[in-house]
Amino acid sequence: MKKLLPFLKPYTKESIISPLFKLFEAGFDLLVPIVVKRMMDEGIPAGDRAQIWRLCGVLALFALAGIACSLTAQYFAARAAVGFGAGLRSALFRQIQGFSYEQTDKAGTSTLITRMTADINQMQTGVNMTLRLLLRSPIIVFGAMILAFTVNASCAWVFVVVIPLLAAVVFGIMLAGIPLYRRVQQNLDRVTSITRENLNGVRVIRAFRKEREETDRFEQANAAHNRIQNHVGRISALLNPVTMLIVNGGLIALLLSGAVRVEGGSMTTGDVFALTNYMSQILVELVKFADVIITVNKALACASRVESVLDMPVGMEVLDIPADPSAAGSAVCFRDAGLTYAGNAAPSVSGIDFTVRPGETVGIIGSTGSGKTSVVNLIPRFYDATEGAVLVNGRDVRSYPPGELRDRVAVVPQKAVLFRGTVRSNLLWGNGNATDEELWQALELAQAKDFIQQKPGGLDAPVSQNGRNFSGGQRQRLCIARALVRSSADILILDDSSSALDYATDAALRAALRHLPGKPTVFLISQRTASIQHADRILVLEEGRPVGLGSHAELLEGCPVYREIYESQFRKGGESA
Amino acid sequence: MSRQKQKKQNQKNRRGQAATVRRVLRLLGSYRPLLVLSLFCAAVASLLNLAIPLLVGNAIDRMLGPGATDLPGVLRIALAIGGCALAAALAQWLMNVLNNRMTFGLVYRLRREAFGHLQQLPLSYLDSHSVGDVVSRMMTDVDQFTDGLLLGFNQFFTGLLTIIGTLVIMLTIKPEIALVVILITPLSLFAASFIARRTYAMFRRQSETRAEQTAMVDEYIGNHKVVAAFGQEDEAQARFDEINNRLTRCSLRATFYSSITNPVTRFVNNLVYAGVAVTGALLCIPVGGVSSFTVGRLTSFLSYANQYTKPFNEISGVLAELQNALACAARLFEILDEPTVPPDAPDARVLEKADGNVALRNVAFSYSPDRELIRDLNLTVRPGQRVAIVGPTGCGKTTVINLLMRFYDVNSGLIAVSGTDIRGITRDSLRANWGMVLQETWLRAATVRENLCMGKPDATDEEIVAAAKAAHAHSFICQLPKGYDTVLGEGGGALSQGQKQLLCIARVMLCPPPMLILDEATSSIDTRMELKIQNAFAKLMQGRTCFLVAHRLSTIESADVILVMRDGKIVEQGSHAELLARQGFYCHLYNSQFDPAD
Repeated sequence: MKKLLPFLKPYTKESIISPLFKLFEAGFDLLVPIVVKRMMDEGIPAGDRAQIWRLCGVLALFALAGIACSLTAQYFAARAAVGFGAGLRSALFRQIQGFSYEQTDKAGTSTLITRMTADINQMQTGVNMTLRLLLRSPIIVFGAMILAFTVNASCAWVFVVVIPLLAAVVFGIMLAGIPLYRRVQQNLDRVTSITRENLNGVRVIRAFRKEREETDRFEQANAAHNRIQNHVGRISALLNPVTMLIVNGGLIALLLSGAVRVEGGSMTTGDVFALTNYMSQILVELVKFADVIITVNKALACASRVESVLDMPVGMEVLDIPADPSAAGSAVCFRDAGLTYAGNAAPSVSGIDFTVRPGETVGIIGSTGSGKTSVVNLIPRFYDATEGAVLVNGRDVRSYPPGELRDRVAVVPQKAVLFRGTVRSNLLWGNGNATDEELWQALELAQAKDFIQQKPGGLDAPVSQNGRNFSGGQRQRLCIARALVRSSADILILDDSSSALDYATDAALRAALRHLPGKPTVFLISQRTASIQHADRILVLEEGRPVGLGSHAELLEGCPVYREIYESQFRKGGESA
Repeated sequence: MSRQKQKKQNQKNRRGQAATVRRVLRLLGSYRPLLVLSLFCAAVASLLNLAIPLLVGNAIDRMLGPGATDLPGVLRIALAIGGCALAAALAQWLMNVLNNRMTFGLVYRLRREAFGHLQQLPLSYLDSHSVGDVVSRMMTDVDQFTDGLLLGFNQFFTGLLTIIGTLVIMLTIKPEIALVVILITPLSLFAASFIARRTYAMFRRQSETRAEQTAMVDEYIGNHKVVAAFGQEDEAQARFDEINNRLTRCSLRATFYSSITNPVTRFVNNLVYAGVAVTGALLCIPVGGVSSFTVGRLTSFLSYANQYTKPFNEISGVLAELQNALACAARLFEILDEPTVPPDAPDARVLEKADGNVALRNVAFSYSPDRELIRDLNLTVRPGQRVAIVGPTGCGKTTVINLLMRFYDVNSGLIAVSGTDIRGITRDSLRANWGMVLQETWLRAATVRENLCMGKPDATDEEIVAAAKAAHAHSFICQLPKGYDTVLGEGGGALSQGQKQLLCIARVMLCPPPMLILDEATSSIDTRMELKIQNAFAKLMQGRTCFLVAHRLSTIESADVILVMRDGKIVEQGSHAELLARQGFYCHLYNSQFDPAD
């Protein structure tokens, strides 16, 4: 909570005014029976019509004052809640923007999205309800009891019995229900997931003739869901009848003890009226209060989840490491570097140790999961090496101020991602100051000029969310262009970024990459030997370890893994499917 | 839409709705006695609850002051109140229990029926409807339908009964005061509906803006790594804050306006209360020694006035809910009405063990009548032969497999297995003779072992391990936290696509049927791994009739027959050498992959 309260602080005024006015409104509600009681005890016996009209005026005034107070309260509660939500959302977004790759992995993107949206919305509702109702209901309940004592202290004992009894029933049933409702939800999730699984696997299920077995599995889950639903239903079915019974019991007690006292002269008919009125007010408020508690409870659960994200440390530390003279003149230098992802037992890559000259093109090849991406992720410091070190231009990557390193490295990620906007807005990510001429040049190099020229709007052609209005191959080429726009970069990393291109386009792209302006150092990851065989040097990885480094010809000669990969793609495949 | 058309449409909708209602009533069938009993309980409970304020009023009239108190009378009334309260509580409890039994029972039955129906629906239906859509009909719609229908109906009934009961009681006791209530109450309904209409637009603005923000959050947080790689954090924040500010503005309005409904109805209610109090109190004053009203009656009236507006608000909510329930029911019925696959012919033959002969004679097929797909396809496959189907993506390679497995039936012509038209073979026994590995790997949320044993539930551990080893899956299975007993998440969970494919291969290797279908069976496995499992595949295919789909041409050169497909049609057919010699489409496809890179 400590991290979250500051977001309510700018709305301190609202957070005080709202419950305060709710309190006034509750006060007016509580005074109504007293006024009617006076009509009954004074106006009617005395036949004083004027007084009755006066008291009626008072009731109307109370009604007016009540609505004025409650509108004020609702307005300020809405302001505080909405403002709180907005501030929190913005801060959480900022926090997540600052996350390193490792922190993003750890939190999980889908989780972060839920925190940003559903959780904060729920908290906003929670704040709103808390301000409006959390105080009102207890005030009415206890106010009614206190007023009952002022009306007639000897009769008010009924309230002292009824209120705790009602509270015990309402909250007891609610508390018994919460864990059960969670189980209902779990069972429902299971029924859903079996249905979804069944539909997704319909071909396999029918091929293996498992329809009957599937139906049995579903039937089991469905029946379990039904059982737990009935169980919960039996408990919650008690709430209304039992509370009503208690209140009516209280009513009877009031009438009986009231009658005795009216006869004895220590109480008036109006007093009895007022007391019975308070009794029914209490029930309505307690039920409302139980609802509020559930809402607030949900909001609190969301709050602790949101808070845990806000509590995560942000970003990566910049270390003070002096430049290494022995690496002077190199573009990238791996010093026995390795990377173990957080939560993994074994390193994903280790023992990477080689130096790349400026302007060199390095190919990286290996099977899926052999650690190709992990190696290049170390260069722009997406992840910190867990062993050894990585140097860029002779300086340890951990000593670069944030931003500077990433300005020097342009990356084409494996997953071709574009963002909603226009072609131009996406390309400008590479370099916000690029001219149209530079953009077109990058598009041409990335073999994307033709299809962008054909698009209505050209550079201003719209890009939909995730770039869905472009084909996979087009997206890949636009991502390459985006990286090429980054003219400040002297290192270019292409992570398997031509996989969706046909052979001819891939070849043209590779030819273009060899003659890039500014002669950057290029890292090329691929599963296809054809894509990297013309690199100056090729790093061959197997299960996270380097098993070869050299030119295509050298590796064919001396690296059995490389030869196997090459032959699997270029010789007749033989008997495989 | 022209007015006449719209009228027709409305009529049609209404007819559709009427049909849905009739169907719902039929569906309730066995629950009808319960429903009647539940409504009876609702009536009893609400009438008894209405009687209590009346009794309280009577009691108060028996305690008008010292000496004017009828203690035995009050006691009698108190007993009556107790009886009413007890009976009302009992009726209400019984009603709740009955409603639960009906709703939960109906949900259970509908889901069971729907799921059973899904198992028999033709694939043409399932292929043309998204999984999410079918799931939401089975889950959300069923829930909303039963909830809305039974609870809504009950609430509606209770509400209506309460309103009528209150009116009747008030009118019989004192029509003058009843008129005050009847005249002022519509104010509240009017105000509530006015606010609802205004807030509807604001809520729509709010949810639109919220959707915009969610989409942005989805995009930028989902791809946060790219945002970070290009240092776009500040720009992202600026865009987010812009949307956030807009959201704040419309959210404030929506939240505030929606929250004024309660105060306004309460205000009107308070006015009604004051009106009843003053008219009642004035009537209580004796005129010429006779008062036409009593304090006790006034108490009862004030109770009614307090509760009178509540059922109105509830009923207006319920009507919308009932409409929604009917819409949900209609969506569910759509699935249940979908015709199932025709049952096997009564004289269908049970295929014990296929001899491996497969023949296609003049086969024609299309998914939709307006787009012809396969026409005049002829093919004779002898036992143990290997047939490869090649062509660019989306050309209909999978269609042939759909026909062989009888996921779809041919439009004309015939497919024969072991010399029998497959429509004369039971589906079960036909499918038992095919082993299948598909590109889209499917694993169930269960242990690795259970997934491997799908084709042979009684396989021994040795057999399972041997199959896993042959598919080169054994080593990674052993690295899983619990080896063969590791529970995989839905859709295979954390396994890589390639690993999932290896498991699917092992699944078929465990119990290889006489004929095989391999649809891009190794597409997610890298080329080196593919070479390694080649031997196992070769052994698997030995002596089995085999259909292969692949886009890596190197893997199908050795097939006996290659079908080359393009745009859903078979354009060439022959062996690798024959097709190359023909210099046609196949030759072009084949050469493009070996194009010198530069």
